[in-house]
Amino acid sequence: MSTLPFGLTQKELRLGIAGAIIAGLAALLPLFDQAYYLSLSVNIMLYAALCTAWSLFSGPTHYISLATAAFFGLGTYAVALWIDYLPFPLLVGLGAVVSAILAGLVGAATLRLSGVYFVIFTLGLAELVRQLMTWGQAKFTGKVGLYVFTDIREMHIYWMLLALTVAVFITGWAVNRSRLGFAMQIIGNDETVARHVGIDTARAKIILFMISGAFIGIAGAICAPRYGYIQPPSAFNPMISFLVVIMALLGGTKRLWGPLVGVIPFTILMDFVTSRFPNHTSIVIGLAFLAIVYFIPNGVTGVLEQARAKLIGWRSARQAEVRP
Amino acid sequence: MTIPALSVRSARKSFGGLIAVNDVSFDVRQGELLGLIGPNGSGKTTMLNLISGALKPTAGEILLGGETISGLAAHRISRKGIARTFQLVRVLPSLDAAQNVMAGAVFGHQTLWGDEARQLAHRLLDRVGLGGREHMPVSSMTYIDQKRVELARALAANPRVLLLDEWLAGLNPSELKIGITLIDELRHEGRTIIMVEHVMDAIRTLCDRCVVMSSGVRIAEGGVAETLSDPEVVRAYLGDDDDA
Repeated sequence: MSTLPFGLTQKELRLGIAGAIIAGLAALLPLFDQAYYLSLSVNIMLYAALCTAWSLFSGPTHYISLATAAFFGLGTYAVALWIDYLPFPLLVGLGAVVSAILAGLVGAATLRLSGVYFVIFTLGLAELVRQLMTWGQAKFTGKVGLYVFTDIREMHIYWMLLALTVAVFITGWAVNRSRLGFAMQIIGNDETVARHVGIDTARAKIILFMISGAFIGIAGAICAPRYGYIQPPSAFNPMISFLVVIMALLGGTKRLWGPLVGVIPFTILMDFVTSRFPNHTSIVIGLAFLAIVYFIPNGVTGVLEQARAKLIGWRSARQAEVRP
Repeated sequence: MTIPALSVRSARKSFGGLIAVNDVSFDVRQGELLGLIGPNGSGKTTMLNLISGALKPTAGEILLGGETISGLAAHRISRKGIARTFQLVRVLPSLDAAQNVMAGAVFGHQTLWGDEARQLAHRLLDRVGLGGREHMPVSSMTYIDQKRVELARALAANPRVLLLDEWLAGLNPSELKIGITLIDELRHEGRTIIMVEHVMDAIRTLCDRCVVMSSGVRIAEGGVAETLSDPEVVRAYLGDDDDA
């Protein structure tokens, strides 16, 4: 314990136990409902995994990645292309590896650039991968889409996504208390200082982007059996990238559990909107994005923390009044 | 002859047509405090940036203990054993004082972690006069205290050469006294230090030798008293008699 940076504290232990209980309860859900609520919960769990994985990288670096769809689609395709020949778990691993490699390449090429260049590059990348897939599929398989037939059912997907979310949380927690996490904190504060205290900033960012990309690839792979029929426009749907950014920003990326706060209400809202106003989803997403950026740039968790700081300040001011 | 702690050999840095550092050479001996002085815009900070790797020299060579470091990335140079402070203080605002100092001990010339790094951070904060304020957010500290944190962060790497870029600038007279005493102590501990400074009192009190730059060129080098009375140095600072 003494070799660790911050030995497991009481608070961490309590949070860990609470997290385990919540995950345990969530795992019971398919026993109660196998239809609408399960389907909704799969969506929530999917975006919980995606947004938390996205925030692993984008939270500390403030780089907005729109490459989520690229990693997700690669994971989906890893399964779709070889499901008839290889076991499913192996393909999930393959999805992770391929996505991590792509993230590494993108990182090496672009993380030296900053801000808006990175955003545009990642958006373009997702589109490029999609086009390549479409072209490759037509050229080599002569088909537009691929069928994925498995005996994996909705509830299995739910459990796998739940396990993935738990894995992302544990990874995020482990990274935060590692040298890499400390390096990312310093980079997020001042990259010049980071370099001058000996941090290879490019390498640290690439590693984290690869971890994040791998998890997103796994999520894509897990979801492949859910779709059944897979085409590039659905697997590499840019909407996935945008939704992930919106939900993560709504929740707030400073805390590991921040994105979760955005995912749950937003997925429910999206479900409501797509069923009632199927032709106006884009408008709602656009308005939501504007509202978040304008009114709660630090997300719900940011608002909560500000409120907490205010409350503490108010309390100590009152105490000071009482005891002059 | 012993190898100097740091040698700068004909270092040159040009930004387009402007030559900020023009074939400057000097050596820093082991355990020496070298003052790097000169009027504003003479290329002192650029010189420090070349040494620390913030900038790459256009030509010339910089050696740390006989090993070439010029051309390496800043993080590699830091790992070889050069630590610095910045002209405009750069603390890490979202971290507390102890974490700021730990940042210097984890990734650079020293690679401590966990309790070791934390204990070192606490010792160094104590050392620079911030004992008991380990958990204070640095954003709410005064300017001199932020400078102290920055110095502690640089010391946390246990550097072979420490670069101080106007560390004493912007301090009031009483703070200046404290600052000078602190640097003097570091010198007596045997640290090798290069100090860019405008505060003449500090240079006279602290430096073993100094190098004077003007318009990117080294115009004098030697003991402090003789260098500061060198007619060319006086002219660089005050201008020609005829101009006056």
